[in-house]
Amino acid sequence: MSAIQQISPPVSQLPFDGRQSWANWARINLFGGVAQTLCTLVIAVLVLKVGSFLLRWGVLDAVWYTTDPEVCKQAAGACWAVIAEKHRPILFGLYPYDEHWRLVLFIAIYLVTVVVSLTPALWNRRLLIPLWVVSFAAMTVLIFGGVFGLRYVPTSEWGGLPLTIILFSGTVLFGMPVAVILALGRRSHLPVARGASVIFIETLRGVPLITILFVAVNIFPLFLPAGMEINKLLRIVVGIAVFFACYQAEVIRGGLQAIPRGQYEAAASLNLTYWQTTRRIILPQAIRISLPAITNHIIAAMKNTSFVIIIGLFDILTATTAVMQDPLWRSFYIEAYLFVAFIYFAFGYSLSLYARRVEKWTDAGRV
Amino acid sequence: MHIDSQSDPIIQMQQVSKWYGQFHVLKEVDLNVAKGERVVVCGPSGSGKSTLIRCINRLEEHQRGHIFVKGVEMNSNVKNIDTIRRNIGMVFQSFNLFPHLTVMENLTIGPTLVRQMKKAEAEKLAMHFLEKVRIPEQAHKYPLQLSGGQQQRVAIARSLCMQPEIMLFDEPTSALDPEMIKEVLDVMITLAESGMTMIVVTHEMGFARTVADNVVLMADGCIVESGPPGEFFGNPRHERTRTFLDQILKH
Repeated sequence: MSAIQQISPPVSQLPFDGRQSWANWARINLFGGVAQTLCTLVIAVLVLKVGSFLLRWGVLDAVWYTTDPEVCKQAAGACWAVIAEKHRPILFGLYPYDEHWRLVLFIAIYLVTVVVSLTPALWNRRLLIPLWVVSFAAMTVLIFGGVFGLRYVPTSEWGGLPLTIILFSGTVLFGMPVAVILALGRRSHLPVARGASVIFIETLRGVPLITILFVAVNIFPLFLPAGMEINKLLRIVVGIAVFFACYQAEVIRGGLQAIPRGQYEAAASLNLTYWQTTRRIILPQAIRISLPAITNHIIAAMKNTSFVIIIGLFDILTATTAVMQDPLWRSFYIEAYLFVAFIYFAFGYSLSLYARRVEKWTDAGRV
Repeated sequence: MHIDSQSDPIIQMQQVSKWYGQFHVLKEVDLNVAKGERVVVCGPSGSGKSTLIRCINRLEEHQRGHIFVKGVEMNSNVKNIDTIRRNIGMVFQSFNLFPHLTVMENLTIGPTLVRQMKKAEAEKLAMHFLEKVRIPEQAHKYPLQLSGGQQQRVAIARSLCMQPEIMLFDEPTSALDPEMIKEVLDVMITLAESGMTMIVVTHEMGFARTVADNVVLMADGCIVESGPPGEFFGNPRHERTRTFLDQILKH
């Protein structure tokens, strides 16, 4: 009896819903007994302490703008001025300073393309395909240069946020289709397709990402014929992407396994082919089922891009570390890293919000 | 109307055998079905009746014997499977509608992908059959928003959109609440009256009595008895049939 009472709290003990008075709600939910009152007080003290510290450090005592690091050193609060001072090398790495405007445009085009591509009301081949072609071409021209009077910038000088964007987008765009093919292969009736998928997935999943990056950078070129060279950045994107694909393939396979046999039988009785069944009936449902886990891996992939530190590429995190070696400003590294953390968070949280919305749209048919 | 299934069979099953591992599920089954004939297959569960009809469109593979549909043999030849499946529609116990597609999309996906029909034309055809199964107003809902009886009627309409000559029903009312069985049976009766060739695995003996040309009893992987409903229900020849009818008609 008492166990039942514990798992189902009284109706009044629920989040505030506006139907009761605040005072009444607080009396029941915050001060309903000695233990509860004590918990409420302890948490309130903690929240106030942390909150007031953050307010003082981050806002009231903070230095918002100065070009003189000494001013920051005098102040008790955060030195946000370091971001104004250093944001360009943080965001753009080693990219030539005078050409940074090209990267601003690059990021703007990227964001517009992504937002348009993720808006269902705009899902229309006649809009999206030209958009992708034009954006891709424009972004390539902007970042490489070498035409239209733009100075050529080799990939070894790329860095910062554009590099992170390239690594992340390349991973997802190349990795997702590979993941789907691997997942289908692993469930195929053809022994060769199944065997190849299993070996590929298990081998690559069994080694650390760092190993794959080393192989892509240092070992892989040894196998190429003399004189042939594949761009290092491209090798790295492919390396991260296949690693991503192996994990994602297993996630998608989980979704495939959840599809009832009846769906295949109904498709067979309508005489749909294997690929028609897969593309129109099975995959949409499998991906919908595994969407939370897929999102999880995509967000992880975004953060995994920072692994490129070990092979000498300056993504946004590595660029920050390098920039903060500046002896004048180095004591304000916390502020700089918070800035980068905020950028990662903005990307990651947008992804997760979007995935939640997709889950809601596709829920329409599931009552 | 009695149709002589021996003279003009659209489906011929000859000595069909199938095993699941050691379990002999179909034992040299012979069955002929004429064009326009309505066959009801009944029998205790595990007797192989579902397996029998699932062999006809190769959702199951038979291991011995021959199955011919309109003179084409069902074997591992992909072209033959394709030809035969074009002529056969199937309705399942668990409906098997595509839950991520609307009712309309469920109905048009076959015609547009397999028959390369234009979308507008396929939608017209779909509305035609949705009217036949009496739920045109549900066209833009998703399957799981419908009742079981409505879902099964959508499933029947989906099969009909492929304009098959033969319809297989695998216990179409077994998963339904009792009050929804009639709406599905009514649709099937209308379909039977239109001259469709039908094989129906069911426990609905009332349906068998009024609609079937031929009632078949299966037990332990064999066809025990088959005959027109008058004889089958009025004067069964085999003891096994009598016990089965006793069990199923008693309550």
